[in-house]
Amino acid sequence: MDLFVQGVSHHYGDLQALDAIDLQVKGGQILALIGPSGCGKSTLLGIMGGMLQPTEGDVVAAGVPPADSLNPFTYIFQDFALLPWRSVAGNVALALEHHRLDRAERTARIEAALVLTGLRDFAAALPRQLSGGMRQRVGIARAVAVRPAILFLDEPLSALDAQTRELLLEDLLAIWQREATTAVYVTHNLDEAVRVADRIAVLSRRPGRIKQVMPVEIPRSERGDARHAADLAALHAQLWDLIRGEAAVADRELADG
Amino acid sequence: MAEETGQTPVPFRGGGFQPGARRWAPWAAFAAIIAGWQLASSTGLLPPLIMPSPYEVVLALGHLAASGDLTEHVGASLSRIAWGWSIGTLAGLGVGFAMGIWSLARSAGIPVVAALFPIPKIALLPLLILWLGIDEAPKIATIALGVFFPTVIGTYSAVDNVPRSLIRMAQSFNLPNPAIVWKVILPGAMPGILAAFRITSSIALILLVAAEMIGAEFGIGSFILAAGNLMQTDQLVAGVVLLSILGLTISFVLGRVEAWLLNWR
Repeated sequence: MDLFVQGVSHHYGDLQALDAIDLQVKGGQILALIGPSGCGKSTLLGIMGGMLQPTEGDVVAAGVPPADSLNPFTYIFQDFALLPWRSVAGNVALALEHHRLDRAERTARIEAALVLTGLRDFAAALPRQLSGGMRQRVGIARAVAVRPAILFLDEPLSALDAQTRELLLEDLLAIWQREATTAVYVTHNLDEAVRVADRIAVLSRRPGRIKQVMPVEIPRSERGDARHAADLAALHAQLWDLIRGEAAVADRELADG
Repeated sequence: MAEETGQTPVPFRGGGFQPGARRWAPWAAFAAIIAGWQLASSTGLLPPLIMPSPYEVVLALGHLAASGDLTEHVGASLSRIAWGWSIGTLAGLGVGFAMGIWSLARSAGIPVVAALFPIPKIALLPLLILWLGIDEAPKIATIALGVFFPTVIGTYSAVDNVPRSLIRMAQSFNLPNPAIVWKVILPGAMPGILAAFRITSSIALILLVAAEMIGAEFGIGSFILAAGNLMQTDQLVAGVVLLSILGLTISFVLGRVEAWLLNWR
């Protein structure tokens, strides 16, 4: 499925968060959204997946979601958003229970999602027993179980420590290697964006505007290779140049100013 | 020597301020209080007319049990508190959830609850007797009213405290609204609701005794009042002990319910 963001602006009261955003998500590709903090990345992601009503403009999806997709637009959240009273398997089941599925298929979907995320041995565990990385794996399993047409990731790794982030990023890349996913990946981490994305959209400081959309030409599977290291480092530097000045200003801004 | 080499151990300054549990301590405390009380009675420090000895209280409880009066009084009280608390709680949960979910119910409900909550509900008993007669109904209604308002307040603030991120998550997976209430809001509000139960159960106990003292043939409250009028202090204190046991039992049951429903915490 393709997704088109057309002339989207958004206001919170007097505060303008987004200004005339036009953006395209191509089917089978991963688009990263980066920008200084408070630039409206998460707001835009909310609008793209139908969780926020934009003040102006609209978001249009083109194409039909795959037949087995139960929830075409699916989110993975920064704070994991797990129900603490449900087990790992129960949290994955939550996304399936209101769909007409026979018991066998529901169990199969949960099982497959848990195996994919390496949570099979933890199916009965409660969220409080899990580390942050394992909790986010539950969030990923829950999203995978509904076979999304487009996956929206809202800074999925930023609540985790650096080592866990690295492990989980590798897992995500492995999952995406297997199934061609369409995804929008919001992050403030340039490194993540460079490793994950087919295209990187850079947002400006508030009110958020699209400053530039940069393609990443190197295939995702080869980005770990040493021969591409220089190219990727150059891209990283280019992105940092684009947002550095604004990030510095955003950092000195008062919250209610 | 450490001083010769210029080395001194860094003094330890942590520790303490960590009250733990001592299994024997509760029993020892009760035993000490009762023993002291018995000693004061036996030595004549406490005149029996003012305060009976623990032994006499136990005797009075034994007589009550043997004559069958105990069952009658405790049964009447239990039935009133059970009905009153259940009715008030069910109504309060319904209104509290409505106020937690819908803007109109909240905007209309908050000022009404704020106006009616501070009224000591026992003041309404005479009015309730005029409306409902002198039977069980006005006593049950008094308890129900006393339980209703704190339940409403506890429930809607508990619903407020359910993380919005969980509700947004449920919406993002297209859960229908009834499923969101049942699977996300209700369990998320449960800790707050159970905390309200602790408060309402003690309010119910207070109102029970007050209502029974105003007008009842049977019940622990009326029994205590009658014993006081006849200066039967042993019976009076036996009634008070019964109330303490009733309160402890309720709190024990609530503790088990919490442990069962909130095992995920």
